[in-house]
Amino acid sequence: MIIHSVFFYFFSIIAIFSSLMVITSRSTINSVFFLILDFISVGCLFIMVGAEFLGMILLIVYVGAVAVLFLFVVMMLNVAEQKQSWFIGKKSTHIPTGLIVSVLILLELLVVVGGWKYKEDLMSSSTLVISNISNTHQLGLVMYTDYILYFQLAGIILLLAMIGAILLTFRERVGVKKQNYFNQISRSPSTAIELKDVKSNEGVKIDD
Amino acid sequence: MIEIGLGHYLSLGAIIFFLGVIGIFLNRKNVIVILMSIELILLAVNINLISFSIFSGNIVGQIFTMLILTVAAAEAAIGLAIIVVYYRNRGSIRVEDIHGMKG
Repeated sequence: MIIHSVFFYFFSIIAIFSSLMVITSRSTINSVFFLILDFISVGCLFIMVGAEFLGMILLIVYVGAVAVLFLFVVMMLNVAEQKQSWFIGKKSTHIPTGLIVSVLILLELLVVVGGWKYKEDLMSSSTLVISNISNTHQLGLVMYTDYILYFQLAGIILLLAMIGAILLTFRERVGVKKQNYFNQISRSPSTAIELKDVKSNEGVKIDD
Repeated sequence: MIEIGLGHYLSLGAIIFFLGVIGIFLNRKNVIVILMSIELILLAVNINLISFSIFSGNIVGQIFTMLILTVAAAEAAIGLAIIVVYYRNRGSIRVEDIHGMKG
């Protein structure tokens, strides 16, 4: 069991350090890189504790999609690097309130953790259930039967997010030539062809 | 200390949640960092749900973790789209400049 605790402390220290760096680093691109490191280390923790499927999903969905989306937006927007960190601000009136609220939230969460330590019927890591079927199999057995409605709702949420993102960022540009299928199909010889009577030795103007 | 129990995982979740909240409150830079802090908060919630699910032997917590992952991905996509549109209109996404948006 000592290996388990060594790995736990390794990954959790990396996770805490990188999430600290996400909120304190000066340039936004560094924040995105530390966010990726955070997701990877927490995904390793999930795999270590026995939720392999969700650890892999965290790696694939977050590191592969969401963090890369952040990276693309940061690179697209040309965000200038701030000279000063967020500790020094001119109109920083909301910083003391924010600090008080954040520290209170941390204290409350730690108190909750302390209360849970005395609950007896939860297992410790040495007595984790090792069942015969794998984690993914277990998830599939529950997710597609009892929670099928939630599964479908998640799909609808993703569809709505896709439609919303496309609608928000779509813009019509002027001066860009596009193919119009309806105009192409609905042409007929009577509108497309014009017959002109050309006299000899005179020629005809065609672009009018 | 050596025996890793539920409390260790919950403490990790609490610390990451706290860092996310501090990142939202004390941000002087652009809005993208606020979105990343929201991602940190959702990650802390996922840690809590998964550790409860593992240590109490109930798989339902992992189902809800997957739903939270879905909602977080959707929220990141919509938020980044809003930021792109705002940058296109105003040319800046610094938090101090967005103060002017008062309804």
